[in-house]
Amino acid sequence: MPLIDLANPTRFLALSARILPWLAAATLAAFAVGIHLGINAPDDYQQGATVKIMFIHVPAAWLAMASWTVMTIAALGTLVWRHPLADVAAKAAAPLGCAFTAMCLITGMLWGRPMWGTYWVWDGRLTSVLVLFLMYLGVLALWRTVDDPSRAARAAAVLTLVGAINLPIIKFSVDWWATLHQPASVLRLGGPAIHGSLLSPLLVMALAFLLLFLTLHLAAMRNEIMRRRVRTMMMLQAEAAGR
Amino acid sequence: MTAFAILLLRDMRLAVRQGGGALIGVLFFLIVVTLMPFAIGPDLALLARIGPAILWLGALLASLLALDRLIAADYEDGSLDLILMARTPLELALLAKALAHWLTTGLPLVLATPLLGLLLNLDPRATGAVALTLLAGTPALTFIGLAGAALTVALRRGGLLIAVLVLPLTVPVLIFGVAASNAAIVGPLPFGTPFTILVALTLMSAVIGPFAAAAALRHGLE
Repeated sequence: MPLIDLANPTRFLALSARILPWLAAATLAAFAVGIHLGINAPDDYQQGATVKIMFIHVPAAWLAMASWTVMTIAALGTLVWRHPLADVAAKAAAPLGCAFTAMCLITGMLWGRPMWGTYWVWDGRLTSVLVLFLMYLGVLALWRTVDDPSRAARAAAVLTLVGAINLPIIKFSVDWWATLHQPASVLRLGGPAIHGSLLSPLLVMALAFLLLFLTLHLAAMRNEIMRRRVRTMMMLQAEAAGR
Repeated sequence: MTAFAILLLRDMRLAVRQGGGALIGVLFFLIVVTLMPFAIGPDLALLARIGPAILWLGALLASLLALDRLIAADYEDGSLDLILMARTPLELALLAKALAHWLTTGLPLVLATPLLGLLLNLDPRATGAVALTLLAGTPALTFIGLAGAALTVALRRGGLLIAVLVLPLTVPVLIFGVAASNAAIVGPLPFGTPFTILVALTLMSAVIGPFAAAAALRHGLE
């Protein structure tokens, strides 16, 4: 089946209905393995068991940025390639990214209180992630304010593309500005700076979060397609009743 | 159900729907509070000291946001004429609309205050004091804003004009709100003194606002 067939919503619904149970099972399995590895990982010599907040905080941060990247690609799909399902993908990804960003901020605050002595500090990394959170809320507000789905899609696509500038700022903020936050420890020149016993639970949890995002995203896309069908049917019904 | 309750529920339902702007006030509040450290600098001690003032200013600006749609939306689709012609006293109907506006715009600001207090490094006692003063003071902002909205209902670019008209009248509320917050945190003054005056301002504006708005509508919509 060529890739273009996925652009047909009905084919997409059929295919996603077949994939979704497997994805969900894979997500649960990955979480089970990740949590098991995380619980059995050794304590940090300095932070003790608190370091294990990292296994939730870091994957949530990665997924928060990945969600905006997915939305950016979908925005290009809407504006440039006119892909029929691109705006559905963008609308479905926005609440997920917002939730991951909130999770990242909250777990970070809870980690910062015992480690740094404060819930919040206005440095480059934390501020740019807070700005990302505000941009997610802005995109969600824009989706809900414009009535017509396709006009809302184009407006949200433009906003998403403009906001994509924040992603490299977040990634390099720990290098550009003096900060309390840990500098890049995994994706850096010279390889990861974390010991393998803590790195492997982290990577498994990251995979689990990614599978979670894919599962929820696919399910949300299905819901959005059906929501639009219901809306069209209601409009047709109202028109028929008026005649 | 009384006409008051019907109007109250109608306005609340409209506010939470598409394009109603119920939670956008909270988002604006969050953005304003986030902008302050960019301008002031990240010094946490300074932010904690002026935290109540930042929160009060943010809440004041955010509660002005939906005011221009408060009466103008009804004017545009004709519901205002029905409200004017109804048997319910106009003052009561406007009180219902203002109450609905506060419940959907002002109250969420109060509920968002603890989170923003964390961002500004306020301790729980300070955050609680600010939240309490906001709870007592934001209704006053809405009732005073109601009068401003009624004055500019027929204008097309009413938004900023409402702010210009309403903000000077809200200065006493701001003064006593911040004074009460600081009294709870630092001051020699007991918390009750400015807080009681703040509650009095709210109660007064709950009466004066709808009466002024009704007079403005009756004379302005000739």
